[in-house]
Amino acid sequence: MTGAQIAARAAGRSVIPKAARRDRAFAAFFRALMYGAVGLSVLALATLLYDVARDGLPKLSVDFLTSFPSRIIPANSGIESAIYGTLWLMVVCAVIVVPLGIATAVYLEEFADRTKWWNRVVEVNIQNLAAVPSVVYGILGLAFIVRGPISLGRTVLAGGITLALLVLPVVIIVAREAIRAVPSSIREGSLALGATQWQTIWKQVLPGSIAGIATGVILALSRAIGETAPLLVIGAAVNPRFNPEGLGSAFTALPIQIFAWTQDPNREFVDLAAAAILVMMVVLLLMNSFAIFLRNRYEQNW
Amino acid sequence: MRKNLLMTLAVSSALAFGVVACGDDDETPSGGGEEQAASNGGGDLSGKIAIDGSSTVAPFAEAAAELFQEENSGVQITVGTSGTGGGFEKFCAGETDISDASRPIDEEEEVPICEEGAVEYTEVQVANDGIAIATNKELAVDCLTTKQLKQIWNKGSKVKSLADVDPSLPDTELSLYGPGTDSGTFDFFTDEINGEEGVSREDYEASEDDNQLVTGVSGDEGGFGYFGFSYYESAADGLNLVGVDSGDGCIKPSAETIQDGSYTPLARPLFMYPSAKAMQRPEVKAFMEFVVAQARAIAEAAKIVPLTDEQTQTAKDELAQAEAGA
Amino acid sequence: MGRRTSLVRRPSGRSRFEAAIKAILFGAAVVSILTTLAIVFSLLKETIAFFGDVPVGDYLFGTKWTPQFQGDQQSFGVLPLVWGTLYLTGIGLLVAIPIGILSGMYLAEFAPTRVRKIIKPVLELLAGVPTIVFGYFALTFFTPEVLRNALGLGVNQFNALSAGIILGVLVVPTIATLVEDAMAAVPQSLREGSAGLGANRVQTAIRVVFPAALSGIVAALVLGTSRAIGETVIILIAGGQTANLSLNPTESYQSMAAFIAATARGDIPTGSIEYETIFVVGMTLFVFTLVLNMISIRMVRRYRQVYE
Repeated sequence: MTGAQIAARAAGRSVIPKAARRDRAFAAFFRALMYGAVGLSVLALATLLYDVARDGLPKLSVDFLTSFPSRIIPANSGIESAIYGTLWLMVVCAVIVVPLGIATAVYLEEFADRTKWWNRVVEVNIQNLAAVPSVVYGILGLAFIVRGPISLGRTVLAGGITLALLVLPVVIIVAREAIRAVPSSIREGSLALGATQWQTIWKQVLPGSIAGIATGVILALSRAIGETAPLLVIGAAVNPRFNPEGLGSAFTALPIQIFAWTQDPNREFVDLAAAAILVMMVVLLLMNSFAIFLRNRYEQNW
Repeated sequence: MRKNLLMTLAVSSALAFGVVACGDDDETPSGGGEEQAASNGGGDLSGKIAIDGSSTVAPFAEAAAELFQEENSGVQITVGTSGTGGGFEKFCAGETDISDASRPIDEEEEVPICEEGAVEYTEVQVANDGIAIATNKELAVDCLTTKQLKQIWNKGSKVKSLADVDPSLPDTELSLYGPGTDSGTFDFFTDEINGEEGVSREDYEASEDDNQLVTGVSGDEGGFGYFGFSYYESAADGLNLVGVDSGDGCIKPSAETIQDGSYTPLARPLFMYPSAKAMQRPEVKAFMEFVVAQARAIAEAAKIVPLTDEQTQTAKDELAQAEAGA
Repeated sequence: MGRRTSLVRRPSGRSRFEAAIKAILFGAAVVSILTTLAIVFSLLKETIAFFGDVPVGDYLFGTKWTPQFQGDQQSFGVLPLVWGTLYLTGIGLLVAIPIGILSGMYLAEFAPTRVRKIIKPVLELLAGVPTIVFGYFALTFFTPEVLRNALGLGVNQFNALSAGIILGVLVVPTIATLVEDAMAAVPQSLREGSAGLGANRVQTAIRVVFPAALSGIVAALVLGTSRAIGETVIILIAGGQTANLSLNPTESYQSMAAFIAATARGDIPTGSIEYETIFVVGMTLFVFTLVLNMISIRMVRRYRQVYE
């Protein structure tokens, strides 16, 4: 402590000198900036929700959920085909992404030798894939899956596979973190008791990380639900008046229906888009709450 | 605790699967045309009809599909909007059953392809259409001659405001909107106004989606665009309709002037071309008969200019001929 | 000497099973490689076909993008699309960087727990909103009500200002959370030292913590930029479809991603020049985001290393 500080303490004043007025003024100004920034974010969200609710709430009804989109009469239009399309896509996507994602994550965390170059390539590759714009995945879907070698046509299966490829990197990254969170003591204990590596993984590591993995999968799926660009490029149907009958069926999805209605000059249809947005947000909210519930309830505290 | 988690996950997945797989059965007009004959909604027709082509005819086709499906819910009809040209490409490749067109099939370019693909068809006029020239409500202009339109829209045009073609008109900077080059509307307009199909200035907001054009024109102060008359009608409140003078005075498009041809040169017939092969299927035959019989009602529902009585009769005759010959 | 007992167990049924499992899991990992290969291959194939018809120089340096016209009106200069992408991203970053950094800094250094409990969920909600909702908001509310009515600006129905600002709002949560993480990772000792020297919290945050977290913050900005560049729907709905090379934010612009989504509506004929344009523009976009991403990975690794 400096002499001045010792003297200050003896006199009962604060040891650390008070900041100069200019500094305090700047600090107050900066704080105001920060509050402003945070306030703007909150304002943005609030305005967005308000606008969507104002336009869309009046149009919500059970009929809305159980009718097909009409091109000519807004009052009769609904999102039944969009809801079913989205559901079908989600199921296909989940069926592909869950085993693939978990398997890849297990491989990378438990088996891969980090010094081998090919394993490092896989890791970097996954990080790059996670940053590729979703529209490029749409191009991949169009060129490879809808046409090209796999040639599935503009079907639910093609859409589901494309979405699965889109969210696969996210699932892998999240699953890896969940697996990594399991302490090595668990693994070592299991091995010490004579279990093989796979037995350890299957009986100890995976059950221990399943909460984290499930949370990540649900969050990835909720991202896939909101994706519009890849489905546009693949060729989702617009205003179809039927639900998908099977994997080979044409399809639409909530974001696509919203996209079509948003751009209609008829204000009635625009309001329907808002109503559909509300439905979609409710679905997302449910999924995210479910994910958080899973995480809180089943999270392992090692 | 883990068992509970697994149970929770299993139950939710099962619910999702269940909704998807079983949800369809108790819905009324929905898919299922393959395994089950149409359940409720009457009619025992089933199958799929693939229609594609002009985005101007599309509202008509979609309205027809909707009204037809009220009686025949087992028939799935999809209407695509690849443009008149794009529609014919698929049609002559055998990929679609009915082609929507805002102009007759091209004798030199498209008919040979259909002959190559062994696709026979019938030309049925289903409605009339005009191209509406529209401006934003703030941009008040009542009439333009075809020459002025050419000045504005031709290739290499440097026209920035209406005052450039007529000093008495406002000098607001124009915000141009028009269809993309795949569109039959584009082909027709450039052919009639600029003198050659495909020739046009490039610096306008192009979209295959006429809805976007309407939104654009009604939103911008200097909005100026051209699109199908039916699209104008559905948004008439926000737009200013411009009359066209091709030498005989200013004519504004309306159902009458389009039907009797006085709105020249921008009035045209709209067609549907069912292929002979598709007409052999009962559902396609029934659909086309429905279209011709109810052409007036469908056109009104779709806000498209309907056929005159004379034209309706011709269409019925054409279809009857096609069915007899098949 | 008895039989020589090998210390190496010969593969029993169990280990063969284990080896098979390992192979299967490796196969799963390979799928990610295959995905990248498929993306690169499909992009490359059509890009090469495209450059068979259009000279590379025309594409890279041309200033007119009119692929849909015919004859001598047709031009394939990609610069308007690249410019549109950069311009819109620029407007977005002008919004997102200050708000994102300030918010992140606030959360990391200043926010009391009660406020955190509100702000963090708000940011997470904002991050979870699908981009189509932002697009809807931009077209039906922001342009007419905010820009035109409230601010009285004479913007086009489809304009860069609206699309750009909303794009910024989209990116704010990304930047804010990463900046917060970066600053929270700075050891407490640095803050304590600064306080001991007489600095107030704002001075500590700006002059000590911020520079210490700099590489993480830059990584956040790069990631935010990458996200903005790849964004499609907001620009498609609210930004318009005109390939524009000017600087007027009230006009409509088109980005690379928006062009791809507008053109490739699933029924475009394979092998046509329009089909090829989707891929060559997609390739350009892919290269952009790849480069940005590699930069950000490097920076993240650097800032993690410093403190781990």
